[in-house]
Amino acid sequence: MDTPSPTVPQDRDDGRNHPPHDTVDLPAQLPSALAQATGQSGVSSPPKAGNRIGDTLFLAASRGSGILLLCIMAAIAIFLGWQASKSIGSNHGNFFTTFEWNADATPPVFGIAVLLFGTVVSSVIAMAVAVPVAMGIALFISHYAPRRLAQPIAYLVDLLAAVPSIVYGLWGALFLVPHMNGLTSWMNDYLGWTYVFGQSDSVAGSAPRNLFTVGVLLAIMILPIITAVSREVFRQVPRMHEEAALALGATRWEMIRTAVLPFGRPGVISASMLGLGRALGETMAVATVLSPSDKLNLHIMDPGGGTFAQNIAAKFGEAFDNGRSALIASGLMLFVITLLVNAGARMIIARRKEFSGANA
Amino acid sequence: MAKRIDVSGLSAYYGSFKGIEDISMTIEPRSVTAFIGPSGCGKSTFLRTLNRMHEVIPGARVEGKVMLDDENLYGAGVDPVAVRRTVGMVFQRPNPFPTMSIYDNVVAGLRLAGVRKKSLLDAVVEKSLKGANLWNEVKDRLNKPGAGLSGGQQQRLCIARAIAVEPQVLLMDEPCSALDPISTLAVEDLIGELKSQFTIVIVTHNMQQAARVSDRTAFFNLAGVGQPGRLVEIDDTQRIFSNPSVQATEDYISGRFG
Ligand SMILES: Nc1ncnc2c1ncn2[C@@H]1O[C@H](COP(=O)(O)OP(=O)(O)O)[C@@H](O)[C@H]1O
Ligand SMILES: [Mg+2]
Repeated sequence: MDTPSPTVPQDRDDGRNHPPHDTVDLPAQLPSALAQATGQSGVSSPPKAGNRIGDTLFLAASRGSGILLLCIMAAIAIFLGWQASKSIGSNHGNFFTTFEWNADATPPVFGIAVLLFGTVVSSVIAMAVAVPVAMGIALFISHYAPRRLAQPIAYLVDLLAAVPSIVYGLWGALFLVPHMNGLTSWMNDYLGWTYVFGQSDSVAGSAPRNLFTVGVLLAIMILPIITAVSREVFRQVPRMHEEAALALGATRWEMIRTAVLPFGRPGVISASMLGLGRALGETMAVATVLSPSDKLNLHIMDPGGGTFAQNIAAKFGEAFDNGRSALIASGLMLFVITLLVNAGARMIIARRKEFSGANA
Repeated sequence: MAKRIDVSGLSAYYGSFKGIEDISMTIEPRSVTAFIGPSGCGKSTFLRTLNRMHEVIPGARVEGKVMLDDENLYGAGVDPVAVRRTVGMVFQRPNPFPTMSIYDNVVAGLRLAGVRKKSLLDAVVEKSLKGANLWNEVKDRLNKPGAGLSGGQQQRLCIARAIAVEPQVLLMDEPCSALDPISTLAVEDLIGELKSQFTIVIVTHNMQQAARVSDRTAFFNLAGVGQPGRLVEIDDTQRIFSNPSVQATEDYISGRFG
């Protein structure tokens, strides 16, 4: 996935003096050792040629891998595009507005409306829940918790970030689903007027295998990665900026708002994009929790719906030729969505680039 | 708008390490007091005890009394946040907030204090930047990032930020050590102007600077590595540089002058 890398400031100076590097005593035999290593005799001639070969090699290697990456990306895009176009030509429904997915029927009728809706809704819920909580945990670890507490928590978060998604999926199906009804009916009672968080009467009390539960599960799943990256970003905030805020009479929370959050903003956006990428493409966790249907229901706590990845996983095994091509077309759509979201995130970061602190 | 500082029996610790020991001195209002002494003798540590910035370092604590007129900064129930609004600070390395414009940097302290009125903020920006001799250089680019200025301009921006909240005292920790000679001169001139309104305390490694800008000079020293720093003497700058009463002061000053 194409993800903006977290901007990590180069400046870690805490305002105190560090010894300059040139005061370090080098061993006396170093110049001759250097000369030997680079195939040069005499201490006086600098080892230039060796450096140039190294530079050339490195340039070639890095440029080569860059080009290779672009070629692979292009190959994937071309393959997907070619496969997808075969099925789209045969489609008797509208690819964007049709609800059902019957690509192997005659005539084939399929569309991504339900999948697009489900993917976007579950990811939006996941982000809305995960990002604030992750920032809270990250700030707690980096700025509030005493060191003895912060380190085990940080370690735990890193560990959770590495748990495979099928494990989250099983946990979701076995634990989360049976325990969601309380929350669901509470939200129905108090937020039902929003329509979105209202439940149809017919489904009240049935197992909440719905988009809302999926969103919550995805939130729990992407929480560790967003936390881990945000924590690193918050830790990178130079001490001198924090002290500047404190010296102006900021409380700890005001210091965080003045110095830490704005400085960490690009990094938090990047971290969220990492999480969003995982949520958009998540397959197993969604497939184990959701009971899919081809109904587009704005009551997101009614069972049903689907996502791109879940639909592909569910249908690919028994799909025939056209069915596979159609699924690939839907995969391509997911790819495009991911690209768009990332481009958007990059634009948001770039818009305030001169205020990013990178030139401080 | 300036207050007298009266320190008595002040010691500061980093964990179990005692950084400075038993310091007592009086700092007059509307004057410039310079702290000189070898590296590591605790000048910065002492300076930071004067606005309770010392204790933001984990494990750091302070013993003793700092009276600001007749309020003990370390008295029970005194809020360190309120102290820091009264006693402003300028750091060794210019540290404008990189994510803020010049304008926002200057009013950062006021915004923290809850001031939102645009006309008031505008007025303070102009007044503070003029006070810091920076207005003419930046008045056309107030919305540009503060981090885009030169080092000397950044330091004057930090001074403007500090004086915008109208503190009683202004503490400066080697404010010129990261600056070129011309910027240094600009900041020194500024200090001369600011002392009519503020009580100013400045740490400096530069003897000539201490002699140029300060009315009184305090010499700090430490007995050896790992020992706490102590105040050797404080006197009129004239006297410290011509005829100090302690031999160590004379050695230090003449040693530096060669
Ligand atoms: N954050 C810190 N943690 C532990 N010790 C410190 C810290 N800052 C300074 N010290 C120690 O306190 C002593 C005084 O330091 P400092 O006040 O910075 O001296 P000066 O500013 O006069 O050079 C030194 O021995 C220094 O190593
Ligand atoms: Mg110092």
